Amino acid sequence: MEVSKLTDKDLNLGVDIAGVHLNNPVMEASGTFGSGMEYSEYVDLNRLGAVVTKGVANVPWPGNPTPRIAETYGGMINAIGLQNPGLDTFCNRDIPFLKQYDTKIIVNVCGKTEEDYIDAVEKLGEQPVDLLEINISCPNVKEGGIAFGQVPAMAEKITAAVKKVAKQPVIMKLSPNVTDIAEMARAVEAGGADAVSLINTLTGMKIDVNRRTFAVANKTGGLSGPAIRPVAVRMVYQVANAVNLPIIGMGGITCAEDALEFIMVGATGVAVGTANFNDPMTTVKVVDGIRDYMIRNGVKDIHELIGCVK
Amino acid sequence: MSYRENVEITRTACLADGVYEMWLKTEKMAKEAKPGQFISVYSNDGSRLLPRPISICRIDGNKLRIVYRVAGKGTEEFSKMEAGQRLDIQGPLGNGYELEKILSDVAGKTGKKVDRAVLFGGGIGVPPMLELAKQLHDAKTCDVEAVLGYRDNQLFLKSEFDEFGHVTVATEDGSIGTKGNVLDAVKTCKITGDVIFACGPTPMLRAIKAYAEENSIEAYISLEEKMACGIGACLACVCKTTHKDEHSQVNNARVCKEGPVFNAKEVEI
Ligand SMILES: Cc1cc2nc3c(=O)[nH]c(=O)nc-3n(C[C@H](O)[C@H](O)[C@H](O)COP(=O)(O)OP(=O)(O)OC[C@H]3O[C@@H](n4cnc5c(N)ncnc54)[C@H](O)[C@@H]3O)c2cc1C
Ligand SMILES: Cc1cc2nc3c(=O)[nH]c(=O)nc-3n(C[C@H](O)[C@H](O)[C@H](O)COP(=O)(O)O)c2cc1C
Ligand code: FES
Repeated sequence: MEVSKLTDKDLNLGVDIAGVHLNNPVMEASGTFGSGMEYSEYVDLNRLGAVVTKGVANVPWPGNPTPRIAETYGGMINAIGLQNPGLDTFCNRDIPFLKQYDTKIIVNVCGKTEEDYIDAVEKLGEQPVDLLEINISCPNVKEGGIAFGQVPAMAEKITAAVKKVAKQPVIMKLSPNVTDIAEMARAVEAGGADAVSLINTLTGMKIDVNRRTFAVANKTGGLSGPAIRPVAVRMVYQVANAVNLPIIGMGGITCAEDALEFIMVGATGVAVGTANFNDPMTTVKVVDGIRDYMIRNGVKDIHELIGCVK
Repeated sequence: MSYRENVEITRTACLADGVYEMWLKTEKMAKEAKPGQFISVYSNDGSRLLPRPISICRIDGNKLRIVYRVAGKGTEEFSKMEAGQRLDIQGPLGNGYELEKILSDVAGKTGKKVDRAVLFGGGIGVPPMLELAKQLHDAKTCDVEAVLGYRDNQLFLKSEFDEFGHVTVATEDGSIGTKGNVLDAVKTCKITGDVIFACGPTPMLRAIKAYAEENSIEAYISLEEKMACGIGACLACVCKTTHKDEHSQVNNARVCKEGPVFNAKEVEI
């Protein structure tokens, strides 16, 4: 067999998402990494394509009662309840911290009403951030608490409302708790989304049989981790075939091979979530592993791999 | 600073029914560790992703000692490991006891130097008190009074506490010492002090918080909560605080970062 003669400097790992250039396709998933401050003791943030921050709202949210998490086989359930310090603290503390690094900043935004989202997105317009990621798995309090991301018309409407005021390109983060993920992707595309990311967590439940109650205080929570990866890969594949938007794929990525599955079915970017809890260095290991794969297989440009499995 | 290390287990032993100890040879961690801090211990089984937070029981040169009770699959896996095997750990994590600061803060608040520290350990809350007892003893600035609560006559670590101060024991079954919990021992033996340090089950900590408030004694308690990141990023492990927390901007502090040691007055449990 012919051995590839590629070296590191022959490779192109850079990708564009909605006109924003990332040095490599690897980022971490919102909510698993804070704003990177704590993880920066373990990870050189300069090595990430982007840092995606924990969901932030226009005002502070206290989140859910504890226990907020439970371990499950090959995964976990979380019901943090989107606790966040509010945009003012976030803009004064977290954005200046991230600006010290040579990486892109993706701010994940949550809200309970359309007005909440618009308020937050407007305020972020004046901030030096690169992309916005809109978490539409939040319950819409004005529509009986059903998540914005569960009804196509509601998803399209919130996308259009956000796009109208956004100064940065908008990534709509899709919920997997729907009948047809392709339909949701088409809805946000119609609303004007610049990119999509998926999947958010799958709603699950765990019972603590010793305490004879729910393992997380919120009763239900979001399932994440390797256990959900096949579902996530399938959904990214479906969305890649349904819309003409760049995709950030996530759900159970623990290593380069996992990330490559997402890339090969059409993801331009990949995000590592729960795996950070098992090994805080996972993101950089994924970057290095993708590079090794490319050298081993004589792949010069990451674009040769994006969507190569039809 | 905290670190991720793949460490060698240098010694293991069973100390009581279901209670085990492990000595770990670290590169950097032990040198920076403080009493009251903890480490995240990772399973070698890929189906269990989350770390098991375990308190530091003793610090000896580059070695850390942990003592834990088998409570489920993860701790069961650890209990079967032997000297020579390796584990991934992360730490030292959490605030731990900043002893000099705490003692001078308490003296400032009460207008009186701390002459006697009372250490409460209940059940698997006993081990984290051992390094604290040692450091207080070595500092020679105050007397150490340890009140240790056990289920029965298996008094794990008790003889080691004897080296560092006066020890009072309570057992749930009454087989040794006062029958009942650590507060029963305090009442029967009329133990008093200028500062309280406590680790144990939540009902015990709640009672100690109330006792400390009634008697105007400053108390520092170690809280437990389920953790995912263990380093302050995921907000899984919060506890309710009486003040607005600076990091969160709400009345929630992170047990893994601002804690696990809190001034009892500042948390609601
Ligand atoms: C700061 C801190 C210090 C601790 N120090 C010690 C110690 O020194 N010795 C000791 O024996 N135990 C200690 N514990 C409790 C210890 O973490 C749990 O007993 C252990 O995680 C149980 O794991 P398991 O896999 O055996 O149980 P499982 O029930 O199978 O664990 C399932 C999941 O729940 C988590 N979990 C279960 N019980 C607890 C708990 N009480 N607290 C936090 N997470 C839990 C586990 O980490 C795991 O993610 C401490 C907990 C905290 C938060
Ligand atoms: C503890 C935790 C907190 C999360 N918080 C957010 C959040 O604030 N906003 C969001 O859009 N997604 C959030 N997520 C979802 C993740 O970003 C990701 O979509 C999901 O966990 C799947 O990836 P994974 O399996 O790699 O974790 C959170 C997930 C976890 C585990
Ligand atoms: S465990 Fe993640 S913040 Fe404490």
